[in-house]
Amino acid sequence: MASGGPATYFVTVIWPAALRLTHSESLRYKAARTLRTTVISVQHVSKTFRSGGTVTAALQDVSLEVAEGEIFGVIGQSGAGKSTLIRAVNLLERPDSGTVTVDGDQLTALSPADLRRARRKIGMVFQHFNLLAGRTVRGNVELGLEIIGVDGDARRRRALEILDLVGLADKAGAYPAELSGGQKQRVGIARALAGSPKVLLSDEATSALDPETTRSILDLVKTINTDLGLTVLLITHEMDVVKRICDSAALIEGGRIVEQGRIVSLISTAGSRLAHELFPLGAVPSLPGDTVIDITFSGGSADRPVIAQLARTYGLDVSILGAAIETIGGNQAGRTRLALPGSAAGNAAPISDLRSQGMLVEIVGE
Amino acid sequence: MLLDPSLPQFWSDLVQVLLIGTGQTLYMVGISLLITIIVGLPLGIVLVGTEPGGLFESPFGSRRLGRVVNRVLDFVVNLGRSVPFIILMVALIPFTRLVVGTFIGPTAAIVPLAVVAIPFFARMVEIAIKEVDTGLIEAAESLGATRWQIVSKVLVPEALSPMILGLSTTVTSIINFSAMVGTVAGGGLGDVAVRYGYQRYSTIHMVAVIIVIFVIVMVLQGLATMLAKRFAHRSRPTRAEKTAPALRASAVTGA
Ligand SMILES: Nc1ncnc2c1ncn2[C@@H]1O[C@H](COP(=O)(O)OP(=O)(O)O)[C@@H](O)[C@H]1O
Ligand SMILES: [Mg+2]
Repeated sequence: MASGGPATYFVTVIWPAALRLTHSESLRYKAARTLRTTVISVQHVSKTFRSGGTVTAALQDVSLEVAEGEIFGVIGQSGAGKSTLIRAVNLLERPDSGTVTVDGDQLTALSPADLRRARRKIGMVFQHFNLLAGRTVRGNVELGLEIIGVDGDARRRRALEILDLVGLADKAGAYPAELSGGQKQRVGIARALAGSPKVLLSDEATSALDPETTRSILDLVKTINTDLGLTVLLITHEMDVVKRICDSAALIEGGRIVEQGRIVSLISTAGSRLAHELFPLGAVPSLPGDTVIDITFSGGSADRPVIAQLARTYGLDVSILGAAIETIGGNQAGRTRLALPGSAAGNAAPISDLRSQGMLVEIVGE
Repeated sequence: MLLDPSLPQFWSDLVQVLLIGTGQTLYMVGISLLITIIVGLPLGIVLVGTEPGGLFESPFGSRRLGRVVNRVLDFVVNLGRSVPFIILMVALIPFTRLVVGTFIGPTAAIVPLAVVAIPFFARMVEIAIKEVDTGLIEAAESLGATRWQIVSKVLVPEALSPMILGLSTTVTSIINFSAMVGTVAGGGLGDVAVRYGYQRYSTIHMVAVIIVIFVIVMVLQGLATMLAKRFAHRSRPTRAEKTAPALRASAVTGA
């Protein structure tokens, strides 16, 4: 469409240059990652809805910390309070109590004008895209730039640049009605990114999309996260989303956060419900005379021949009842359910051996 | 004096009378339509905005003020829409005289026409804006938009298409009422129909007036429908949009 024009110049010259981090930038970026600077901090937030005669405690004393550069997923069932929580982060929904701080600004204490300014640092994408039907793709992406007063030419260039990033450069002149769901969400993401925000909020961005499109959108979010160093807070009801791209996760139920942490540490936490959800093994079968154990392994222990070793060292007749293995954050991790003959007490030696190898072993049936 | 169609000056006279009448009608309708848009559009926006949960729910920080404004405007709009036009027109005579200096003639007719059309159009605007998905408002808010920016960049553009259709209905009823004004205050095609068609039994004048009014209404409605479609962007893309997206984009944003 714009071969040889300014768009090409941007794509081939300016954009790659903008993406290249200087050495000191990349050091700072790495330092930020290791120091875990908190970018989004939600502290003791509560929100109650009163409509008609019904009172709904949508959020109850919710606290959450999202570190710079990570993708943080909040998972929960429908009605758990996920949307209320993410909308509280940019104060689309003002909490009844508690504080919300984003990139150093305590939003809950700001004047309306300052809040509007602070919101420019927080991009948001929506489940139903929320694109203006009367504007072209480019017009939609330019909306945020118009709002902050970027002039026409710069606006146009920035929009095309971002559209290229999300893979929609050829659709700049199309109207939303002419796009597929996945393309619409790419426009939504481009619109959120146009103003160069610090953080991206995503309210079930992939819930209206088919599985394949969902994957491509999640990959895009991941790319944005790594290439632009953007912190992402997303909410979802699908564990697959968390598995695929999240570094940290929280489980929300009935307006309360019941568990949260980095996924690598959740995996090795005994009794973690998120870990169980990540590696579903189903109900424990009742096997009289056997001990049923769940072994959770991650990182280094993943590629060791655990079962063969048990059989060899202890002469055990190990049966595999189930296994769930995933790649999380680039590492193999998983859970295996084994049946060992004899009582738990009788299997104390092999179990402690496994534990000493850094695996999490839970005795789930005897 | 009866009119005789066999006389040569009958036809030239008819054309002249119709031209003057049409000119006066278009003048009355045009100016009152302009006033209707200028007053009715913001009125409709305020009507929606001051509802609970709306953008102007608490103007100047006062929720109470918002509620009062909403109730008062709603009442005024209902009143304006329920009083029969002929009564409104007569009741407005002192006001018209105050504003225009007289209550006779096309200029004076603009006052009651605008007064009857404003609440009508304000309701149309209200309905059109209520149809805009609240998600769009939230999207703009998340980008840091002010209330004014939400109105000018989201609400009005997104409601443009139904508002144009509403305007078309409004203009049709203004034309309708303008004929009635003609019988009382003088001027316009309504006046032609009464003076020639009714008082002097000229069927030809009557039919001619009907045809001219019909044509005006048809043209305006066709125009409105076309514009409404153009702004809706919901239908399948036309060939032009498919073949020249870049061209279209620059045309739209260049405006
Ligand atoms: N504006 C509102 N008015 C009344 N109740 C609401 C409102 N928004 C959300 N709720 C209620 O709060 C609870 C949490 O809603 P929500 O945050 O949307 O859940 P989720 O996004 O996890 O499905 C639900 O019971 C819902 O009905
Ligand atoms: Mg929700």
